[in-house]
Amino acid sequence: MAAAAVRSSMGLTLRLSRALPDCSNCPFHRSNGCVSGVSNLQRRGSFDSFRTINRHLQTSKGLYHGEEGRSNAEDPDDVVNVVYVDRSGQRIPVKAKVGDNVMYLAQRHGIELEGSCEASLACSTCHVYVNSSHFDKLAEPDEREDDMLDMAPMLQENSRLGCQIILKPELEGIELTLPKVTRNFYVDGHVPKPH
Amino acid sequence: MTSQKKNTFKVCIVGSGPAGFYTAQQLIKARQDVEVDIYERLPVPFGLVRFGVAPDHPEVKNVINTFTQTARQSRCSFYGNVDVGTDVSVEELRQAYHAVVLSYGAEGNRTMGVPGEDLAGVHAAKDFVGWYNGLPSCRQLRPDLSSETAVILGQGNVALDVARVLLSPLDILKMTDITQPALEALAESQVRRVLIVGRRGPVQVACTVKEVREMVNLPNARPEMVGADFEGVAEALKDLPRPRKRLTELMLKTALEVPGEKEQQRRSEASHAWGFRFFRSPVEILADPERSRTAGIRLAVNRLEGSGEGARAVLTGEVEDVTCGLVISSIGYKSLPIDPSLPFDSRKAIVLNNMGRVQRAAGLYCSGWLKTGPTGVIATTMNNSFDTARSLVEDMDLGTLDVSVVKPGSQSVAALLEKRGVKPVTFSDWEKIDRVELSRGEAVGKPREKLSVTDHNGHRQEMAL
Repeated sequence: MAAAAVRSSMGLTLRLSRALPDCSNCPFHRSNGCVSGVSNLQRRGSFDSFRTINRHLQTSKGLYHGEEGRSNAEDPDDVVNVVYVDRSGQRIPVKAKVGDNVMYLAQRHGIELEGSCEASLACSTCHVYVNSSHFDKLAEPDEREDDMLDMAPMLQENSRLGCQIILKPELEGIELTLPKVTRNFYVDGHVPKPH
Repeated sequence: MTSQKKNTFKVCIVGSGPAGFYTAQQLIKARQDVEVDIYERLPVPFGLVRFGVAPDHPEVKNVINTFTQTARQSRCSFYGNVDVGTDVSVEELRQAYHAVVLSYGAEGNRTMGVPGEDLAGVHAAKDFVGWYNGLPSCRQLRPDLSSETAVILGQGNVALDVARVLLSPLDILKMTDITQPALEALAESQVRRVLIVGRRGPVQVACTVKEVREMVNLPNARPEMVGADFEGVAEALKDLPRPRKRLTELMLKTALEVPGEKEQQRRSEASHAWGFRFFRSPVEILADPERSRTAGIRLAVNRLEGSGEGARAVLTGEVEDVTCGLVISSIGYKSLPIDPSLPFDSRKAIVLNNMGRVQRAAGLYCSGWLKTGPTGVIATTMNNSFDTARSLVEDMDLGTLDVSVVKPGSQSVAALLEKRGVKPVTFSDWEKIDRVELSRGEAVGKPREKLSVTDHNGHRQEMAL
């Protein structure tokens, strides 16, 4: 059964390997500070990742799963300028491309956005706020994304999971703000933390 | 012998679950002069990610890749098979390192405190979960799955994980990393009905919408709820915050709405059933006198005083007996003090601390559940650990931690361990175990087949492979 899954996933294999990111020009990687799981996509247990991808493809509604899509052309029409606002309030402009995944893009630029489940809608660590002018340009979140957003601290009307935002030309100028998970979070009233 | 930079901050972390690894990650990123050693009691790393997360939630375990990146950093070392408190003391670690971070989580259980709790057929959820996840200390649990009804006390996500594992079709479970012995036991299971019991009402459940959705969508299982339990809930919806509202809406719909024809058919054909039972507290586990094992559970009937998160369950005086052969208490984990010198709050079961700095103990820190109590998902623990790391880095930056004192770090600990006959497992040793588990899993169509690694002796046996 495993062999059949591998055979039927061959198309996925090719797509995945073609789409793996180039870490060599990432400052995080260069300083030996890369903590993203992205470069580990190759090393992950093959069966586990195929099975995950298979399951998600059955509900393909534009869901984004553990894959890094990047356009390679240096085409100006392909460029999407985004701004990240990090947890200290610093604005970081990034010149990105159509097809970039907002979570992996942040990680490539050393912005502290974790993605513990590697874009498989099983955590909320890539939670971002989207600026109002661009929020409505995003596709509606899938029920599964909403379920995970419900777990995120400091949920707001303009909250989204970064791993589900794929850049397109209409998102030019989008601003993504990282929630300030402050030192006082645990002192601010009682928020039930399920597990 | 590695040459030591004079100004290296040596930090050791006790516990290699998400708290330990996320703390290590941030420390290494924050300063280039920090070296981190992670000590772990078991021969294998990752704590509850490996032994707590349900087998059918593999995506949650992807975080292991992030932790592996950290472990492979040159300034991070992993030492498994080292039991802090027994093999080496916290005091000895504090002598050897500039800072010690306690991240060993919660290995104990909150008990129900009712008669019959020690009967055969009663288990803490933590132990049941450890059993199906291959935790060495739980391998011999041998839960009795021969009765039709199982009752779970507690309505958090762990309770739902247990319910799901008890009711999932074998075809689904056998493709997960659930252990082979558990799979075989579940294949023989006679359990057909699982009740998930809570003291309060639908609006107070601790579980979350994703897990409830999984129950509703479980193949070959139908929901059986008590409609009367939901009186007044629809009216309360509008005032609820979004996460609570979406969850309550789903439960309401499942309990009260008549489903479409196809779903009605599916439910009528289902051979398994599950349901929440609200307003019930355990009073006694009832024994079968002949066999001295669980035959049922006596539940007190409650009513609610107040509403929302703060609502209280108040006894009405009524009781109800439920026939069952398996009782799982899922009412919370509990941290234990591994050293009597630790300032410990036994009520909250946490180490007393301010922002991760252990009280009255310079150079001692804590992160994860040991710091804030045993609730929270990986994201919660991540933020918690990042906070502790920030406190530590602040102390380094301000000179509160004095790096001019040279500390021997792992060298002196290694010497102590050798004298005591303890052989640590390195990260590359773990990677060998990992490869064996992955290849054994692939042979049977599972992501991995967990090895039965046990204590010091067990470790040596596995390494002989």
